[in-house]
Amino acid sequence: MQYKIEIKDKTGIFDAVGEGIKKDIFDLGIESVKSVGFVQVYTLEGGITPREAVRICEELLADSVSQDYSIGVPGFPQTAEAGAFVIEVAYNAGVMDPVEESALKGIRDLGIKSVNSVKTAKKYSIKGRLDAAQLKMISEKLLYNKLIQHIVKPPSHPAARPLAKKDSGYGFELTRVDLLGASDGKLKTISGKGQLFLNLAEMRKIKDYFRKIKRNPTDCELETIAQTWSEHCGHKTFRGKIDYKEVTETQGRGVTRKIDNLLKSTIMKVTKELNKPWCVSVFKDNSGVIRFDDKYNICFKVETHNHPSALEPFGGANTGIGGVIRDPLGTGLGAAPFLNTDVFCFAPPDYPFEKLPPGALHPKRVMKGVVSGVRDYGNKMGIPTVNGAVLFHERFVGNPLVYCGTAGILPKEKSFKRAEKGNLVVVVGGRTGRDGIHGATFSSGELTHESEKISSGAVQIGNPIQEKKMVDTILQARDLNLYNAITDCGAGGLSSAVGEMGSDLGVEVFLEKVPLKYEGLSYTEIWISESQERMVLSVPEKNIKELSGVFSRENVEAVVIGRFTGTKRLKLFYKDALVCDLDMRFLHEGLPQIEKKAVYIKPRHEEPRFSCPKDLTGVLKNLLSRYDICSKEWIIRQYDHEVQGGSVLKPLAGIVNDGPSDAAIAKPVLGSKKGVVVSCGINFRYGFIDPYWMAASCIDEALRQIISVGGSLSKTALLDNFCWGNPDKPDRLGSLARAAYGCYDIAKGFGVPFISGKDSLYNEYTVRNESIAIPGTLLISAISVMEDAGKAVSMYAKNPGDLIYAVGETFDELGGSHYYGLSGFTGSSVPRVNTRKALKAFNALARASSKGLIRAAHDCSEGGIGVAAAEMAFAGGLGMEIFLGEVPFTPKTQNLARNDFILFSESNSRFIVEVEKKNRGAFEKILKGVPFGLIGCLSDKKNLKVIGLDDIPCLSARIDELKESWQKPLRW
Amino acid sequence: MAKPKVCVLRTAGTNCDKETAFAFSEAGASAELAHINSLFEPQKKLSEYDILAIPGGFSYGDDVAAGKILANELRYKLIGDIKKFIQDGKLIIGICNGFQVLVRSGLLPGSPSLSQEASLIINDSGKFEDRWVHLKNPKSQKKCIWTKGLPGLISLPIAHGEGKFVVKDKFVLERIEEQGQIVFQYCDEEGKAGDYPVNPNGSTGDIAGICDETGRIFGLMPHPERHISVLQHPRWPRSKKHGDGSMIFANAVNYCRRNL
Repeated sequence: MQYKIEIKDKTGIFDAVGEGIKKDIFDLGIESVKSVGFVQVYTLEGGITPREAVRICEELLADSVSQDYSIGVPGFPQTAEAGAFVIEVAYNAGVMDPVEESALKGIRDLGIKSVNSVKTAKKYSIKGRLDAAQLKMISEKLLYNKLIQHIVKPPSHPAARPLAKKDSGYGFELTRVDLLGASDGKLKTISGKGQLFLNLAEMRKIKDYFRKIKRNPTDCELETIAQTWSEHCGHKTFRGKIDYKEVTETQGRGVTRKIDNLLKSTIMKVTKELNKPWCVSVFKDNSGVIRFDDKYNICFKVETHNHPSALEPFGGANTGIGGVIRDPLGTGLGAAPFLNTDVFCFAPPDYPFEKLPPGALHPKRVMKGVVSGVRDYGNKMGIPTVNGAVLFHERFVGNPLVYCGTAGILPKEKSFKRAEKGNLVVVVGGRTGRDGIHGATFSSGELTHESEKISSGAVQIGNPIQEKKMVDTILQARDLNLYNAITDCGAGGLSSAVGEMGSDLGVEVFLEKVPLKYEGLSYTEIWISESQERMVLSVPEKNIKELSGVFSRENVEAVVIGRFTGTKRLKLFYKDALVCDLDMRFLHEGLPQIEKKAVYIKPRHEEPRFSCPKDLTGVLKNLLSRYDICSKEWIIRQYDHEVQGGSVLKPLAGIVNDGPSDAAIAKPVLGSKKGVVVSCGINFRYGFIDPYWMAASCIDEALRQIISVGGSLSKTALLDNFCWGNPDKPDRLGSLARAAYGCYDIAKGFGVPFISGKDSLYNEYTVRNESIAIPGTLLISAISVMEDAGKAVSMYAKNPGDLIYAVGETFDELGGSHYYGLSGFTGSSVPRVNTRKALKAFNALARASSKGLIRAAHDCSEGGIGVAAAEMAFAGGLGMEIFLGEVPFTPKTQNLARNDFILFSESNSRFIVEVEKKNRGAFEKILKGVPFGLIGCLSDKKNLKVIGLDDIPCLSARIDELKESWQKPLRW
Repeated sequence: MAKPKVCVLRTAGTNCDKETAFAFSEAGASAELAHINSLFEPQKKLSEYDILAIPGGFSYGDDVAAGKILANELRYKLIGDIKKFIQDGKLIIGICNGFQVLVRSGLLPGSPSLSQEASLIINDSGKFEDRWVHLKNPKSQKKCIWTKGLPGLISLPIAHGEGKFVVKDKFVLERIEEQGQIVFQYCDEEGKAGDYPVNPNGSTGDIAGICDETGRIFGLMPHPERHISVLQHPRWPRSKKHGDGSMIFANAVNYCRRNL
């Protein structure tokens, strides 16, 4: 028997979901919609009596106070409102719907055991005048994504619609691929058709291996090699050989370099040379580990999930955050995640619909979907999302960037792992389905408008509660010392996780033992599926019973699927048949080092020439309204940034908690004074001029934010995340290499090591042979241990009468600035970094804040001193008067001091600092040798006033007007 | 009595358990995290505890409705133990998701039949929001043992998507008003009522927290465990010694010491 149950709000109850959609429809430019009603649909199947169906509605599915229910037969509309268009959206077969599992549990809790399945759907009834095209637009742009959902069409007869789709069983047949007899052309076809993304040299190497052992590979063996050797898992570009040529104006005809392993010769080199004793485990495990205190270490990792988010923004970001949470969990013997970060790059939300490339989703929809995806997963995991950034550029259309980071804490003695011979391979958490097949290889190629058809299997929806249960139980098992090693199932699924864990020992796995979501998966699909929320443990046999108990008590599956053998071979069985037998050494070391060409030619951008506007008030307001600069409160508030109770410095600060904090501080151990500071630096615009200085600026930004909030560089570490275009194209790889050299020089100069990183290449969107590459974008994330979180400094102005200082030197470095950007210029005078001078300023400020001499501090970044001062003033609800003549300013190129340049230059290593009058002497003494200027003071006049070089005011505005300019653009 | 024993109830999706236990420990209690499955086993009993705390989070993903599935587990699988717990004069608090559980299980505002008389539904804004709010503790309210001696105006953070308090009919509202069961109302910094964001979710009567007739069962959407120390407040008011939420936990501990 099947029942279709519809739940909707009672008359008189405000339908918030429906109202939200009505507003979104209005934003699409359709103004004729009068109302949208939302109906939640459940379809129950099983031997349920009508009385039981009523009980299920009244006692579980409908809220008796606020909702009505109706029970009907599938296919016939129940809420047939006159004149309403009804659109019902359901998930495609095979897409995970966590509500089904919960609803089933709820029904069983009522004592009703006869329900076999629950399916959900969402129904919208839209009133208003609409034509067919508009209705289609609303459906496709707002209500569903065809990759994971479909519109339910009422059939003429209810029986015509099949009930829960039965998956056909899987008939085992071993498949071999004919490599031995394949020509080069055929090898390429095999790689292309199989979505292996392997090049000819790699295919030949595989062919050689199998020729030696005198047989053809199975499909499973070939897939395993492709996963392990993918750009995503193997980082071939960074570890390959690069023929690098660089041409800049200072080098004449250019210099060439042979790079052998870019990662080792730049990023990892900093860490090796600095050799900090508090770096516990770097570039080895799933995240980088540093010392926190006598008992604990902390770890940090940032990942990207760009391609999935381009196709299905909610699911892509959802599983992106879900995936990065499993990195700390899979570090050492498992770390408890205690904070998340997120950084996004989108095309502007007002991007014209008609300019949208075919197959691309509109950036506003991408943005809303991504934010919801992070909100859903992060909040449900109970991990505070405390820091981030959002940037916009047209070239992110079709290929947005979604960076997600997680920091975790683990006991010192649990920081290393080692699978041992004879240990059992145990998979815990969620079940394996057909989802996410080919994710690792998919992200190793460019996106095209066809991607959504070919790679829909790579798109998934996460189940955060499954992951939460898994984290809760794994940490219990960890504390009982029940396993020797742990790793996460990420890209490549079991093939990467088990393959990596067993790389030294060898391992055998019995694929039919892997718990499946549904029947019908082939042995290869089981092995490479990227189903979410799974981890792999290496468990001594004697512990297996106790371990099973820990998981089963909280309804988490833990299943033995194999054993670490000591034979140094990867052997996979499916129901007694050997389906894969590979030498671990070939699998992990056989990848031929790739050779690529890279060319960096410094682009020419003219420095614009225009005169300084007399009044800069309008300019400041326009800057505050730039999408990159304006308030991100709409996003921040949707994230729980205070769960776990350790929040010290929140992402929003101010007299009414709405100013932009520079970095976040959280206490991972509630009873301790110590805090952890996290920050990020990102600005692809400088990369248009010079990726070297972009990298330098990103590092400076991340570090100065730590200083700004009262931290110090003494125990500070960095992560790098490179998101670039196709590295097979020499110009893309050239700028990537140049940025990596910037990372080395500047991090080394600051004495701050990298502890982990990740690259995401091939970020291009190809339509009809025309390729849109994203701007090469480097994200630098910083994490720092703060001895006393009570010494934290926030960014908002505190007290009328306090002094305002500008610390650090301002140059006429407007290249890539938002001020130039307002008039469409890029310019060439990109901000540089002098680490020797910067370090002096950073250390002096760190001392001043540790002595409690700093009332407020804000770093100068996009929009320069003007934006920083305005933000401080309006966040604190106070007025500020500053004198540009007092700002330490050194003209470099045009030899010209100008009000606009001083106010809006984006020179690095600068701060605006508030100091109490009585502390003036002490503060200035600490800053001896650092360029600073006492530029003004605070007042309760609620006005920002800037006095120009000629002693005439060049800017004056009420702080509430400035705040309005800043808040308006993204107040959705 | 030495240290009152607190059961911080966990299940799939609970996520404010550790900080809630920490808040009780700081207040002088002995707090344990207990998974609901363990309470179904014969060796573990709810009666061992003096206080039952249902913390925040997304129990079972808040699928179907926030807190609903856990509420039904209490109603259908633990109700005997809970009734006994209440009869024994012990204390129950539900914070955020815990409040949703108490309301959906009928324990709040509380009627003999445990029928559901109120609900917490999707915020008028249609989205999850984390923000600090001001709360007033109406003068007429003397019943709730959890808020005794609290200043008339305090601030705590909220973080929820389904916190709009609604009642079945006006009689329920009249009854809880008359009986002094309204414990916290959203207000501005001067204690005055206001529209969004002063009332962040559209709650009827600006209601943020209520207690039952005995004053021993208390539920609220804001998070007192996120403001037990001054450092958790966005502006670190250095003039104060403790956060506004700490007294709520201390009251419970003191009540148990005196009465149990």
